[in-house]
Amino acid sequence: MKFGVVIFPGSNCDQDIIYVLETIMKQEVVKLWHKDTDLQDCQFIVLPGGFSYGDYLRSGAIARFSPIMEKIIEYANNGGYLMGICNGFQILCEAGLLPGALLRNIKQKFICKNIYIKTETKNTILTSEADLKKPLKVPIAHAEGRFYADNATLENLNKNAQILFRYCDEKGNCSESSNPNGSLDNIAGICNKNRNVFGMMPHPERASDEELFNTDGRMLFESLLANLKVKV
Amino acid sequence: MRDIDVTLDAAQKLGLLPEEYEKIKQLLGKNPNFTELSIYSVMWSEHCSYKNSIFWLKTLPRKGQKLLTEAGEENAGLIDIGDGLACCFKIESHNHPSAIEPYQGAATGVGGINRDIFTMGARPVAQLNSLRFGLPEHEKTKWLLKGVVKGIGDYGNAFGVPVVGGEVYFEECYSTNPLVNAMSVGIVKIGETISAISEGEGNPVYIVGSHTGKDGIHGATFASEDITESTSEKLPSVQVGDPFQEKLLLEASLEVIKSGTVLGMQDMGAAGIICSTSEMSAKGKHGMEIHLDKVPLRQQQMKPYEILLSESQERMLVVVKKGKEKEVERIFEKWDLNCRIIGKVTKGNALKFYMNGELVADVPADSLVLGGGAPVYKREYKEPSYYAETKKFSINNIPEPKDLKKISVCLAKNLNIASKKWVCEQYDSMVQTINMSTNCISDAAMVNIKGTNKALLLTVDCNGRYVHADPEAGAKIAVAEAARNIVCSGGEPAAITNCLNFGNPYVSEAYWQFVCAVKGMGEACKKFDTPVTGGNVSFYNQTIIDNKTEPIYPTPVIGMVGILDDKKNQMTLDFKKSGDIIFLLGTPREDINSSQYLVSYHNVKLSPPPFFDIDEEYKVQSVVKKLIKNKIIESAHDVSDGGLFITLLESAMPNELGFDIITPAEIRTDAFLFGESQSRIVVSVNPKNEISFIDFMMQSKIPSTLLGHVTKGKIQINDELWTPVKDYKNIYDNALTEYANE
Repeated sequence: MKFGVVIFPGSNCDQDIIYVLETIMKQEVVKLWHKDTDLQDCQFIVLPGGFSYGDYLRSGAIARFSPIMEKIIEYANNGGYLMGICNGFQILCEAGLLPGALLRNIKQKFICKNIYIKTETKNTILTSEADLKKPLKVPIAHAEGRFYADNATLENLNKNAQILFRYCDEKGNCSESSNPNGSLDNIAGICNKNRNVFGMMPHPERASDEELFNTDGRMLFESLLANLKVKV
Repeated sequence: MRDIDVTLDAAQKLGLLPEEYEKIKQLLGKNPNFTELSIYSVMWSEHCSYKNSIFWLKTLPRKGQKLLTEAGEENAGLIDIGDGLACCFKIESHNHPSAIEPYQGAATGVGGINRDIFTMGARPVAQLNSLRFGLPEHEKTKWLLKGVVKGIGDYGNAFGVPVVGGEVYFEECYSTNPLVNAMSVGIVKIGETISAISEGEGNPVYIVGSHTGKDGIHGATFASEDITESTSEKLPSVQVGDPFQEKLLLEASLEVIKSGTVLGMQDMGAAGIICSTSEMSAKGKHGMEIHLDKVPLRQQQMKPYEILLSESQERMLVVVKKGKEKEVERIFEKWDLNCRIIGKVTKGNALKFYMNGELVADVPADSLVLGGGAPVYKREYKEPSYYAETKKFSINNIPEPKDLKKISVCLAKNLNIASKKWVCEQYDSMVQTINMSTNCISDAAMVNIKGTNKALLLTVDCNGRYVHADPEAGAKIAVAEAARNIVCSGGEPAAITNCLNFGNPYVSEAYWQFVCAVKGMGEACKKFDTPVTGGNVSFYNQTIIDNKTEPIYPTPVIGMVGILDDKKNQMTLDFKKSGDIIFLLGTPREDINSSQYLVSYHNVKLSPPPFFDIDEEYKVQSVVKKLIKNKIIESAHDVSDGGLFITLLESAMPNELGFDIITPAEIRTDAFLFGESQSRIVVSVNPKNEISFIDFMMQSKIPSTLLGHVTKGKIQINDELWTPVKDYKNIYDNALTEYANE
């Protein structure tokens, strides 16, 4: 299948996701430049991590106005599959494609480390292959990853099973001590109501290469292939 | 425009010596105008010219089979790592700016060193840094530590190059003069590098990247003088960094190099436009005609000398093949960066700078640079009086304490030894998905070279206390330890870059430290076959407060690159399972010289460096290499700061295992556990390999001592139960976090 990875000025995890999709998962990947408006018939689009536009103003706040985003919003509203990782998640929230916001980490610092997340639903093309009992070791690397939403939004997220991942400890317990950034209810990743737009702060592409001794994140990409290959 | 009167007084105010002022007049055949004087003052500053160090630096081994460029020839070192690839690397200091503005000082240090790598066409893949601060209780330390770490993090994280390793020390001598040394490592295909050279009469000269502003003017001169109480007045000498621009500049530079339109490229660091134009011209044996009014400026009314000397960050000077202008401009436009022709390459060697058509400076390019007209000095040196004092130390005057458990806890939470997690977690260590050490730790950081069987092994090392105690031996130890870290990770040391942090070269005792350290380093680099590929000298690291001069410890930081030919031979430092047998390779000695234990527990500041014999070291390393290749050992970790106990603890903690050991009767237990004598490595062996291990060691003739075995979590020494590993881990992991947050 054909993946598209959007490159904003300041994206710096673009090559990492391309490496996983292309070299490890053996899929076709095209780069989508932020000034372009052609999505090249991609079946799945990724907004990668990084510091788009230097994170000036607010993470993701400027990227949402780039030419390609107009097309991407249209694509997502028509049911196109779209995923934002880290800075990509921030952009999706800024663009209104996902509910909630990502605030500065509670300790006000950039944090990069391995953390654990547990999958909350198998009812998405991104998580269908998950073992809900098995916590995944996946790294985070962000300064603004504290998920926040108002009560009504949170209620809807829960009601519609839109919460994909929560931060937990290595045994799968969600608590304050296993919450690295102060996210509301330990939320690490969500999807939209139509289940075609996904956002997560942890970096599954950093946990997909055997040579780095951790492949816990690969399940997400395997799920995508299992679901989308049949459809096409 | 009106010039400021140029007199000897004006020259001296800019940091030039009377004889240097005379030399400038001779070279130009006239009295320089103020712009020309400013040019010489920065280009002949210590920072740019290496005038007080180059004589000695040339004695270092600077040739080797793997070297693709000789030290000092290019912006960074370049070595052949096989598979058609080269590794480009360098370390550089940003001490002075960080002393007064830790955040920007450290951030621009990171920016500068990365530019040195990508200006050669290599993509930076890893960063390391070596930091020194005053004692934790000093009033400035926390402010400096937090600022420096945030500066490195904010810049490097946005730029997108992982920090894979480094070191942090706290010693009194760095209280107001912290050391911030940043290393960057890049990868490039052999044959796709670009040189810092200017060629071909009539070729256009471009400035690309950020606007030029008034920041960092005379920064190079500032870096070439002592830090005093009035140093904070030099704040305008500090540059301001923008990692977003740097990231764009990186991508645009690599793209333009690939397009084949570029002849030469050099980043603008110290001394800005004047440094790049003169170094590229001198190297290419050409001149340049530069129109300063064409330079995109951040502010109006900048004087010619300000434009020439500005150290505004994220800029490059590019010499382009005539006729390829459109192609070059298209690439920079794609990345939304300035790209402006400011002049052209000319015949001869004159650098002519114009402002609105008026010639404002006319200087011969080669007269400005190292290896050309820049002065070279051999300074007086004299053995300092403290050196004889160190030799008076004897362990026999130190009573052996009864409670060694208590000491072990103190060492585990000593900030020089405890985990640097609080620092590392503020850096993105995993971007680019090449850091193999995230989930598998070794003595050196391991960086995957995707698509090959190879990995790079990287380390920065220097124990300044040892170098202070004996500069020659201490510098040898720094090189040996770096090599040992690479060998213990399964690799082969390849080459080094160095960052030589010393005091004032005009103080003969400080210069003695420099000369001795360079000698020691040279000898060790020859022994380990790790030639010097370049680096940086930072003099004037001393603090004058209340008229009292406090020099730093001489701190020659070694950044070493090693190669792991086959990733399957990677060796890690953690104990794997209980029951594995623990051996110590090398000779244990009754030696507590210059150890953290002696300094922090017994409060003895002066003693010789720990025992070190270079041949013994070499042999121990050779044996470890073979043990790893033959798959006889499960882990390897060298004994360094904090001694054997800390080494065992560091091997035990990752998997929450413990150890049960017996110490030899003939050596004092405190010395055996906490002494830092060199050339010792702790290995663990699966019982099924015990016989092959013993056979192998018998043949090798290297002493090895059976210490005991790995346990499930308890720590037992001489049949006495110590604190469980979990508790040590808690102390070790959180000491620095608690300090930073209190």
